[in-house]
Amino acid sequence: MSGTYLGMPDFPRAAAAATRDTRLRANLTHATHTIRDKRAKAVAELDDWAQLRAAGAAVKDRTLRHLDHYLEQLEAAVVAAGGQVHWAVDADEANRIVTRLVRETGEREVVKVKSMATQEIGLNEALAEAGIRAYETDLAELIVQLGDDLPSHLLVPAIHRNRSEIRDIFRREMGSWGRPAPEGLSDSPAELAEAARLHLREKFLSAKVGISGANFMVAETGTLVVVESEGNGRMCLTLPETLISVVGIEKVVPRWQDLEVFLQLLPRSSTAERMNPYTSTWTGTTDGDGPRTFHLVLLDNGRTDTLADTVGRQALRCIRCSACLNVCPVYERAGGHAYGSPYPGPIGAILTPQLRGIEGALEASLPYASSLCGACYEVCPVAIDIPEVLLHLRERVVEGGPVTRRGARTVLQPAKGHAAERAAMRAAAWAFDHPGVLRAGARLAARTRRLHPRRLPGPGRAWSATRELPAVPAESFRDWWQRTRGTSSERQGGAK
Amino acid sequence: MRVALFVTCINDLLHPRTGQAVVALLERLGVEVDFPDGQSCCGQPQFNTGYRHATEPLVRRFDHAFRDYEYVVTPSGSCAAMVRDNYPRIGAKAAAEGRGRELADAAALAVPKTYELTEFLVDVLKVTDVGAYYPHTVTYHPTCHGLRMLGLGDRPRRLLEQVKGLELRELPGAEECCGFGGTFAVKNAAVSAAMGADKVRNVLGTGAEAVCTVDNSCLLHIGGTLARQGSPVRPVHIAEILASTEGGVR
Ligand code: SF4
Repeated sequence: MSGTYLGMPDFPRAAAAATRDTRLRANLTHATHTIRDKRAKAVAELDDWAQLRAAGAAVKDRTLRHLDHYLEQLEAAVVAAGGQVHWAVDADEANRIVTRLVRETGEREVVKVKSMATQEIGLNEALAEAGIRAYETDLAELIVQLGDDLPSHLLVPAIHRNRSEIRDIFRREMGSWGRPAPEGLSDSPAELAEAARLHLREKFLSAKVGISGANFMVAETGTLVVVESEGNGRMCLTLPETLISVVGIEKVVPRWQDLEVFLQLLPRSSTAERMNPYTSTWTGTTDGDGPRTFHLVLLDNGRTDTLADTVGRQALRCIRCSACLNVCPVYERAGGHAYGSPYPGPIGAILTPQLRGIEGALEASLPYASSLCGACYEVCPVAIDIPEVLLHLRERVVEGGPVTRRGARTVLQPAKGHAAERAAMRAAAWAFDHPGVLRAGARLAARTRRLHPRRLPGPGRAWSATRELPAVPAESFRDWWQRTRGTSSERQGGAK
Repeated sequence: MRVALFVTCINDLLHPRTGQAVVALLERLGVEVDFPDGQSCCGQPQFNTGYRHATEPLVRRFDHAFRDYEYVVTPSGSCAAMVRDNYPRIGAKAAAEGRGRELADAAALAVPKTYELTEFLVDVLKVTDVGAYYPHTVTYHPTCHGLRMLGLGDRPRRLLEQVKGLELRELPGAEECCGFGGTFAVKNAAVSAAMGADKVRNVLGTGAEAVCTVDNSCLLHIGGTLARQGSPVRPVHIAEILASTEGGVR
């Protein structure tokens, strides 16, 4: 699979291309509007939703504050249950560890249950380089993999594809990955699901190694939890002899009991179901049942740096429900690929620049990939104030400031390419702080208003390409007030 | 009762009629209106683009201009939200950077007295029937900052429903952002335009003569998109509707 996020164009360019793709926009609008309406109904059923949401946020916050403690507790519990724990500071290290673990089994093929952590580190590509083939078994992931494509949604990675596109991909590609698509496959959902089932069944029955992520890890028991709808994940977790789980360190919760809150918040927010169909939990190894060897790879990859940021750290509360994507008007038009990472939409816009650092062009453009409408914050089941973090990261892009990189404090320089904007913003702020200057400017604009162009040059062109500019009125409010009301306000400071 | 009008920079420079409407409306309701001349922009364009430090003089200026007033009323949901949500953040960050409590104190004074116009009418003056007359079909777009940051709820609609002659048309997808977003309209112009086009399609679908909001910045975008399409639908600020009377329809 050649899909990779490296070298993605920055957000505005990628998004502009997506807005011209009418089929993509139709697929996305249909899918997101359907699920957002269902979510609203599922959430409205619970009259204690606000309290559940606050509880979810509180549990995550408390855990993040004592993350070192809970991770050590988790490690001890996993080891006591017969598992092995590996710590990976970044993507490279995680990939090296997993590759080594697979090699040690002597196998050349692995089955995978959908895992965003492994997409984040590019595990499939790393395994391919080592001559190991990874088979995705989540239906939507399978579609993405067969189509040599990238996921574009947290929960429905192939949301940008419609049924007939999927049928074409199955017909064309299944054969070269295993059992081919049945003759005369139609685009009915039942036939597509059956084709996938037959194709995957072969994989499950022959696989010796499974790779997974996890939605939660329970510190007190060393239990990992995967929440899914198809049951394919459960096959991956139980049939192979060796199971390797790659999980971000922020997924830990202290107690088994904490799952009560999250197993209500997650399904209603993500699939609008009261309860999700398959909740699989695994704790170390058990004789004669499930994998004989279990490895847990704990992934940092920028998470402790994110934790060091008092405003930005709330992004680590995310339970990847995708509710924020489904209500985001920008995601709906831009599509998931424009975000250049497995985390698209509003959460991607705040998570990716924190995990990767903000120095790249794409990362620096992501905090601006929002109109700040606040719909994401409103639906987030763990109350992440995404607009607040966006503003915080915008400030970091244009003004620089202190950040933590690989555990060390350093001061970031302002991003290049903002010099003209910075000058304009400062000039505007200066003028706004000198009402005398502002008034003179307004009068000049009013006097020259017949000369104003209908289309603007420079950055203003982006405005006047699709929108009419407002006409400058003959008299500002300030001048009207002074002309009609005179001096009553002069005592309030007046012009500087 | 005496209140200070915070007219906001966009209204001052581009929509003076809105400020004039607020003055006419409040005076009709027996409120004495002052316009402190030392006022300026709330700093939202700078703050929302990431230039927090550039907004600090504007926080100080706001405090200076409005310090002596019990109420500050503004015909802009997003500027009211800027003061209420972001001034405290600006103050807290300045204090955290070791530059004293001055801005935090200024914010603490500004927050409780700053009201968006419809909030002031419904919550402080406790009126929903302001005696307005506006014989047109109107559709109402609840702007994001008014809806989600200020939590205006149905206040604007309750006011509009009492306007004589006005027929309110339901706007499909009303709570979806129009795509303005300040500098977003320029930085992500394609997405902004696509959002604006969808909003305008919904507005046109209502068949209303006018589209109304509590914020001229969103109307700038919606109105600009309508005008480019050659549509006769008028963008109109809620203050201008509420200020209209049988004697003088604006
Ligand atoms: S940020 Fe919130 S809404 Fe978005 S995916 Fe994460 S938990 Fe869900």
